[in-house]
Amino acid sequence: MATLEIRELSVGYGPVRALRDVSVDVPAGAITAVLGGNGAGKTTLLRAVSRTLGFHRGTGTGTIRLDGRPLDGMRPAEVVAAGVIQVPEGRQVFARMTVADNLRAGALGARGGRRAAATALHRVHELFPVLAQRAHQRAGLLSGGEQQMLAMGRALMAAPRLLLLDEPSLGLAPLMAARIAETIQEINAGGTSVMLVEQNAAIALRLASTAYVLDVGEVALDGPADELAASDEVRRRYLGVVDETAAEDAAQAEGITRTLSRWSA
Amino acid sequence: MTTFIELLLGGLSIGSVYALIALGFVVIFKATEVVNFAHASLLLAGGYVTAVLHDDIGFWPALGVGIAGAAVVGSAVEFLVMRRYRGSDQSVLAIVTIGVDILLTTELVRRMGTDVMALGDPWGDDVVTVGGVTLAETRIAAFLVAGLLITVFLLAFRFTSWGVSMRAAAENPQTAALMGIRLGRVSLSAWAVAGALAAVAALFLTVFPTPGLERATSLAALKAFPAAILGGLDSTTGALVGGLVVGVTESLATGYQSDLSFLGRGIGDLAPYLVMVVVLLVRPAGLFGTKELSRV
Repeated sequence: MATLEIRELSVGYGPVRALRDVSVDVPAGAITAVLGGNGAGKTTLLRAVSRTLGFHRGTGTGTIRLDGRPLDGMRPAEVVAAGVIQVPEGRQVFARMTVADNLRAGALGARGGRRAAATALHRVHELFPVLAQRAHQRAGLLSGGEQQMLAMGRALMAAPRLLLLDEPSLGLAPLMAARIAETIQEINAGGTSVMLVEQNAAIALRLASTAYVLDVGEVALDGPADELAASDEVRRRYLGVVDETAAEDAAQAEGITRTLSRWSA
Repeated sequence: MTTFIELLLGGLSIGSVYALIALGFVVIFKATEVVNFAHASLLLAGGYVTAVLHDDIGFWPALGVGIAGAAVVGSAVEFLVMRRYRGSDQSVLAIVTIGVDILLTTELVRRMGTDVMALGDPWGDDVVTVGGVTLAETRIAAFLVAGLLITVFLLAFRFTSWGVSMRAAAENPQTAALMGIRLGRVSLSAWAVAGALAAVAALFLTVFPTPGLERATSLAALKAFPAAILGGLDSTTGALVGGLVVGVTESLATGYQSDLSFLGRGIGDLAPYLVMVVVLLVRPAGLFGTKELSRV
């Protein structure tokens, strides 16, 4: 279990500001959700934590601490060794490698060696039996849901203390999305803190204990997940619930619609 | 018929040496997406070290030092030069390797002058004759050693952690970094391995019937380019097959030159490139090059 503390994080890609003064807490052993539409800066937030902004020429200021220890200045491999693993958006399995090799790749950055990897593999196969059945298939031939399982299983191979999930339900059939949601709960119950980034607010708010709503790079709302789920604004904007007052709000909001520039895909 | 078999076997032997060179070339391309035009100079460096040292410390130790030396030169190029340009466009990096190649080759050629240096190999000009087919011992050694090294390499690539991290980094560097794979180490090891393989190839490019290590050796090393390209730049199997194809083509075209006199002289040097062009016309990604295989 691990506590993540993000304080006044600002990130820019060249002249484009992606995040401004964002502070987020992920308490130990909890699931924390970060919601927001396209371009709200959710993926950027995760990149800042996993120290992979450099791949996109992003630069940031602010502090990120894991159990009080700053992650700033670390290389991605050091963040992984510290126990923070990110499951990237769009799954990004190694399509040309077998399922087994994908899982093996997941254990490469972990401390603990062969025995730890064997234990982790056992656990992953328990969580996702399909990965054991398809061990020798190329990952590119798996279905979308199976690829998401593989991406999560691969991350679990490093026995993370904090798991960063980027849109795990993206592009999945509702049944599969529910299946993934269940697994996230199971992983969390096993003692892994989870930071869950989602566009699908319904799923995220059901899983999480606390949630943050990002809007154009800033934290617009935050609080306990059930309170947010009940709030009109979240219902209207992210849950697609339309009631009368919400419709009125929406009409008012029309006038101040902001244009979003896309920077995170 | 005997001539044909001799030419074929000779071609397979020199082809396996080309395959060694091409393999290093492909490994660097896979790990870093850089087309390494400095590869021939790595080969020259390995050969030079062996040639200089063999009189004093004996052939086998000299070969060992040559292999290690080429690996070190390869790593140094990665660490001191390529790493500074990380994040640049691949075409920029390719041009940087041309610069490195010119520097290294110029220095080595300056040291060698017009000498033809022997590497002091134990086989000399001995030949083996089986059923009327005559083959130089050096050719047999080349085939066996190259075959062994390639096998070891492919097994390592497939089964070791090094191989897994190499393939993962090749396919998706950013995700590999998210798994804690250190991309710097991966590319460093790729350059080192490529250098070592090139040094072994240098030995077999300069033994009998070739006179020895000279400035033209780097030209012979260039034949690994068509080998790697016709096999598919990102395929280790491709490098293997490409090397053999180039070797056999060259050997047959040179051997039957007199029958092909209407094409003029020197067709043997040209043939590998012709084969490459024909293969690329039919299969633009090379024989084994990957087209995308993925589901979204």
